[in-house]
Amino acid sequence: MIEAFGLSKHYGAKTAVYNLSFQVRPGIVTGFLGPNGSGKSTTMRMILGLDEPSSGTVTIGGTSFRRHPNAARQVGALLDAKALHGGRSARNHLLCLAQLSGIPKRRVDEVLDIVGLRSVAGKRSKGFSLGMGQRLGIAAALLGDPRVLLFDEPVNGLDPEGIRWVRQLMKRLAAEGRTVFVSSHLMSEMALTAEHLIVIGRGQLLADQSVKEFIAANSADFARVRTPDTEPQLREKLTAALAEAGGRVDPEADGALRISGLPLPRISDVAHAADIRLWELSPHQASLEEAYMRMTQGAVDYASTAVPGGQPAGPGQPPHGTPPHGMPPHGTAPYAMPQGAPFGAPAAPGGGFVPQPPQPPQTGFGPPPQGPPAAAPAPVQQPTSDPEDAR
Amino acid sequence: MIELDRLTKRYGTTVAVDQLTCTVQPGVVTGFLGPNGAGKSTTMRMMLGLDRPTAGDVRIDGEHYDRLRDPLNHIGALLEAKAVHPGRTAYNHLTVLAQSNGIPQKRVPEVLDLVGLGSVAKKRPKGFSLGMGQRLGIASALLGDPKILMFDEPVNGLDPEGIHWIRNLMKYLASEGKTVFVSSHLMSEMALTAEHLIVIGRGRLLADTSMREFIKENSRSYVRLRTPEPERMRDVLATAGLTPVATEDGALEVDSVESDRLGELAAEHGLVLHELSPQQASLEEAFMQLTAEAVQYHAHGTGKGA
Amino acid sequence: MAHTTQVIRSEWTKATTVRATLWTLAIAFLVTVVFGVLISLLLNNTFEDLPERERLTFDPVLTSFAGMSLGQLAMIAFGILLVASEYSTGMIRASLAAVPQRGLFMTAKLLVGTLLVLVVGMVTSFVTFFLGQAVLGDLSVSIGETNVLRAVIGGGLYMTLIAVFAMGITWVLRSALLAFSILVPLFFLVTPILASIEATRDVGYWFPDQAGTAIMSVVDTGERPYGPWGGLLIMVLWTVAALVAGYVTLKKRDA
Repeated sequence: MIEAFGLSKHYGAKTAVYNLSFQVRPGIVTGFLGPNGSGKSTTMRMILGLDEPSSGTVTIGGTSFRRHPNAARQVGALLDAKALHGGRSARNHLLCLAQLSGIPKRRVDEVLDIVGLRSVAGKRSKGFSLGMGQRLGIAAALLGDPRVLLFDEPVNGLDPEGIRWVRQLMKRLAAEGRTVFVSSHLMSEMALTAEHLIVIGRGQLLADQSVKEFIAANSADFARVRTPDTEPQLREKLTAALAEAGGRVDPEADGALRISGLPLPRISDVAHAADIRLWELSPHQASLEEAYMRMTQGAVDYASTAVPGGQPAGPGQPPHGTPPHGMPPHGTAPYAMPQGAPFGAPAAPGGGFVPQPPQPPQTGFGPPPQGPPAAAPAPVQQPTSDPEDAR
Repeated sequence: MIELDRLTKRYGTTVAVDQLTCTVQPGVVTGFLGPNGAGKSTTMRMMLGLDRPTAGDVRIDGEHYDRLRDPLNHIGALLEAKAVHPGRTAYNHLTVLAQSNGIPQKRVPEVLDLVGLGSVAKKRPKGFSLGMGQRLGIASALLGDPKILMFDEPVNGLDPEGIHWIRNLMKYLASEGKTVFVSSHLMSEMALTAEHLIVIGRGRLLADTSMREFIKENSRSYVRLRTPEPERMRDVLATAGLTPVATEDGALEVDSVESDRLGELAAEHGLVLHELSPQQASLEEAFMQLTAEAVQYHAHGTGKGA
Repeated sequence: MAHTTQVIRSEWTKATTVRATLWTLAIAFLVTVVFGVLISLLLNNTFEDLPERERLTFDPVLTSFAGMSLGQLAMIAFGILLVASEYSTGMIRASLAAVPQRGLFMTAKLLVGTLLVLVVGMVTSFVTFFLGQAVLGDLSVSIGETNVLRAVIGGGLYMTLIAVFAMGITWVLRSALLAFSILVPLFFLVTPILASIEATRDVGYWFPDQAGTAIMSVVDTGERPYGPWGGLLIMVLWTVAALVAGYVTLKKRDA
């Protein structure tokens, strides 16, 4: 269990983290999300006692990290994969760490096995790829068989097999009753891994809820309906009937219809009553990414820009600047999102099988009037003024 | 268009790329997949003339890379490893590249703004985060407004907004008729971006097909349906020679059939459907199935699994 | 031709937008001048104490160039950094993707590098000569005297060639660390020792730096088997050899 109470961190006049309170509970994987510069790394560093909070406290199992008599056996962390001595072999690197915290030698080979580096254990880590470095970092985190694990961007540099392995590893560690706290920028990955989310923006808590609740709270679901291709008039008929029943109907690029505002059985009844055969009637749940974008961006009426079928929104369109639900009153999203909507993202939380719309989601990039394409993803903060980026 | 013709690269006795023949077409985002060590990076480096093929050929719009005049106007590339002098400002870095290819100077601030680095143009990349370095690499790829773009792990280090942006950028570029070739390890990301896939394993071509076909061929796809009359539905399906599987939540899953046909069947028998959704496995699963043998550094110990 | 100009402009921007590289040139100038002046001053004050043989062969020009043995290290550093930074930073991939004609790429970099060291070398040589002569007082010579102008121009050429030689070697080694650890001990320890020991002198004289130094002296001690221009030619040959080796490496190796 990780508990933060009123955690704040200032660097001079700049506030990296402000009055953050949350709990990371054991038994589930908790995701830690936020834009660049939102204070994620600073928070992780404070949890691990690397940075001292300006005010507030953060404890692990009730004790602050620095007070733990044998911290390495309580807490394991993967922060920066390259924080190791390049000239030392993987095994020796782990041996050093093990000796520092009185962990038996045989545990080194155990964790090397777990991360799949046994065969290169004698090689110097200098020649390691990013993915191998990452595995070694994970091995180090697991060394003390800790109850609490922190991972910062764990899948960085891993290949698909490695990514899947890390995901399963985290879930298994959580299932064993450990506390697993993971930060990542990869929403689709997070949706598959985490059960609970803590979202921060500009150093303040934006959300602390389950992935399911988070998506439900920050997105709009819709249904996808297809009528027989052979009879285009049925599509028109259904559109009219559904609109009359109070649904919002938008055409999709592949000829299907996107219907919001009506539950699936109701759509079925309407079609039935109008004597229209359906070739498809799929529920669509918004992706975590959509929900996240919506929350951190804060478009008040998201649907109005999410023109079905991806009607192009030109770069000249003004950005959505209204503070989102749950945003601190004086805070605006640190990044302006490029126009466009990620509707139709197929990744859904939970199991491996996800509905896959035949057509990839349309982009929001319209053909610009001339010259350079696309809108900028918003300026990146100055390296010197941003503690997270500057390191 | 990028054409590979029996492209081969050997290091001593190790074959990194083995007789790779394929074509990367314009107008779509083509994903380039393979496990670590499959030869992806080597292939991309050979495309850019950085590595010399041991045998075979790679041509950019019909020309060898080193015969291209001002290549940045033909092909722009973001390579995975950093390719920037940490002591030269972002602005000067792009100026160097622009000058070497006769690209007008005004394009430099343009691409810097485009990738969102306008405010740090005069900063040296020494202090850049991974994501900012990535943006600078993307800026240099876009500098010559080329018809072909290559991105090696483009989302590395980007935050969700950045990931969303680069994904849409790539799709936009493809929709403009450009050739977009992108490698990534993030299957879920690739599933959202690429329309076509080229998959290699141990240096060999494993698949060169559309995303849809790829998933279809390499994994289970089925239709999920819900109806208020599951028993009658079962009978109808059985008569049609189909065997549905009931799920815990009361839905039925039917393998190897188009949802179109099920819709017709239901209509024919006057069955009400509350759901009729074609399901496909994730790209990740399909990829795992295909490359199962080609994986190096296999991790163990996930034991009971998730 | 327009293409070549483009690439040269790009290399010029490259060389002039990194502070570390420019610093080495400034250091080369400062070190050579300051040490040249200090040693000239020292000799001017202790000239009467020197043994007669050394007084007879006293070379006021070479004396004012005494700082060059240190200053050349900075010139070597410039040559190494100009090339090696491409490899250490990964910039080489961006460079070669932009200019896949490797011969052109190398030529452009070489031209820019040579131009920079030639200008700095010449300025250094003339400044250190005039300041050195100024403090040598009665012992000094004027630029108009026999062979003096040749020696001063030669000093600039020497600094240029030593930097270009370093560039060539670095194209082969592709690493600043390797290049430094070979070139610095070679020019700072090995060749001076070889040239100062009787038994090995004949060998030592054929090394590029030792051979090149001949151009800077106005007093022929008759110890060397070649004249001033012959010495410079030997150094030029070494440099050409290093560049050819560098070119072959660049052409053959994967980037």
